[in-house]
Amino acid sequence: MSETLPPRIVIVGAGPAGIRAAATLVEAGLHPVVIDEGQRAGGQIYRRPPAGFIRTPQQLYGSEAAKADALHSLFDRLAAEGRLTHCAASSVIAVHEGRLHVLGEGGVQVIIYDRLILATGASDRVAPVPGWQSAGVYSLGAAQIALKAQGVALGRRIVLIGSGPLLTLVGAQLVKAGADVAAVLDTSPWHQQMRGLLQLASRPFVALRGLALRARLGGRYHAGVTLERIEADGKGVTAMRWRDAGGRERLTPCDTIGMGWHLRAETHLADLVGCAFTYDEEWRQWLPKSDEVGRAGNGVYLAGDGVRLLGADGAEIAGRLAAAACLADLGHPEPSASADLRKLARVGRFARGLACAFPWPAAMVRALPDDAVVCRCENVTAGAVRENAGFGEANRVKSLSRVGMGRCQGRYCQLAAVELVAAQAGCTPDAVGRFRGQAPVRPAPIGAFLREG
Amino acid sequence: MMKAGRIVRLAERDRAEVKFFLDGEIRSALAGDTVLTAMLASGQVLRKSEFGPEPRAGFCLMGACQDCWVWQDEGPRIRACSALVTEGMRLRTTVRESWP
Repeated sequence: MSETLPPRIVIVGAGPAGIRAAATLVEAGLHPVVIDEGQRAGGQIYRRPPAGFIRTPQQLYGSEAAKADALHSLFDRLAAEGRLTHCAASSVIAVHEGRLHVLGEGGVQVIIYDRLILATGASDRVAPVPGWQSAGVYSLGAAQIALKAQGVALGRRIVLIGSGPLLTLVGAQLVKAGADVAAVLDTSPWHQQMRGLLQLASRPFVALRGLALRARLGGRYHAGVTLERIEADGKGVTAMRWRDAGGRERLTPCDTIGMGWHLRAETHLADLVGCAFTYDEEWRQWLPKSDEVGRAGNGVYLAGDGVRLLGADGAEIAGRLAAAACLADLGHPEPSASADLRKLARVGRFARGLACAFPWPAAMVRALPDDAVVCRCENVTAGAVRENAGFGEANRVKSLSRVGMGRCQGRYCQLAAVELVAAQAGCTPDAVGRFRGQAPVRPAPIGAFLREG
Repeated sequence: MMKAGRIVRLAERDRAEVKFFLDGEIRSALAGDTVLTAMLASGQVLRKSEFGPEPRAGFCLMGACQDCWVWQDEGPRIRACSALVTEGMRLRTTVRESWP
């Protein structure tokens, strides 16, 4: 038998999914390359502060401290032992025929792979609220990152708006840390939240933990609100205008807003490698297709929130499963997947409960006034999207209105834009299609390509 | 020099002080601050929007939205949320008119 080179396996993302995938490959004697945008491995939910910060994992991650600590120390050990290669602070900006173009401090380099595991995670799923382009409006994830990675509150008086587990979690974390949280406004009414309850009971401890966090918010929490507008002056946010469940008008002075409706999968790279996509009715977004263990074909594997929005626990399981599938395809003995698949099914049931209890605010988006900004990058308004919605196809509307063409590449506007087009064209969002991903998936300076090799 | 900013420090306040320049004016921050934290600890905003009248102060803090672009005196653009402030760093809220 002739000696062959070991397969080149690259993992994109060093959050819970990427770390578990890497560890599974290392256990089988392989040496993966892990590319991650963070300075330190951990991902967003288990994000670590820079060197020199001293809060304990318990202070940073609360009930999830043991999980975060286990992932961090596992990854650090494998990196220190030289059993994986960690490309930190690096973004994969393009992928073509087995070649990843990776933007780091030294410019763009090419990394070749035989097998690719995408564990790109998710970011906040946001919906436009009139005035959201103002300084002082942040995603919920941003408010949490500021607290965890920097020990700061993003403002002196904060209102959180949206729906989903992060709304309650970030609110409770900010209150505990001593921030002034004026109100936590949930667009999901109580009766809707109760509908998800049966499935949420599939993980009773997690559900109870959520309720305990909710209790910490006390009178700040309001369910079933209508968000009217974010008031601002020349310097930034001054107040949140909203109506409570009874329809009463309320004005809450604040200098900072945190917003989010659960998560939106980060799928640009899956798109560039040619994965098929399906519209997920529960999550109201397009997700890349894979089999139950994450195989997407052509040597590509998908794991974590970038393919199914299951949260950190689900991501750890999915990372192990994707790596096991990769090993099996390479002819290695495959670790047994049945226990992980059972766990994943339970996590999936719970996630469906969350999707049902804290839905995407489709009606709110459809009712946006024409002058409301939809694309924060270039201030494209709802009116401009509607004017160009006649063709009813996402990429036509993108070309004509420039919605989704700005520097975030549609990450924060595309779901709202599609909702507006669907309303105008009288069809469902899935019929509108999705914005095609384009390389580079992060803005890259021209100079970075000059030394590309 | 230590103006009141948008950001409130809730923890980890005992880090070493770092001096940097913002549009030529000297400011102070703490070692380990991102450029965003450093700028907003003594200011309200990061930059002006090119497409509207309103100033911007960042949005996602995870390098995805590109709302927090600022520039270094030497020319390079950085994402304020992802870069750490360093001693003597010279930052600008506007892009240089002429390239060095």
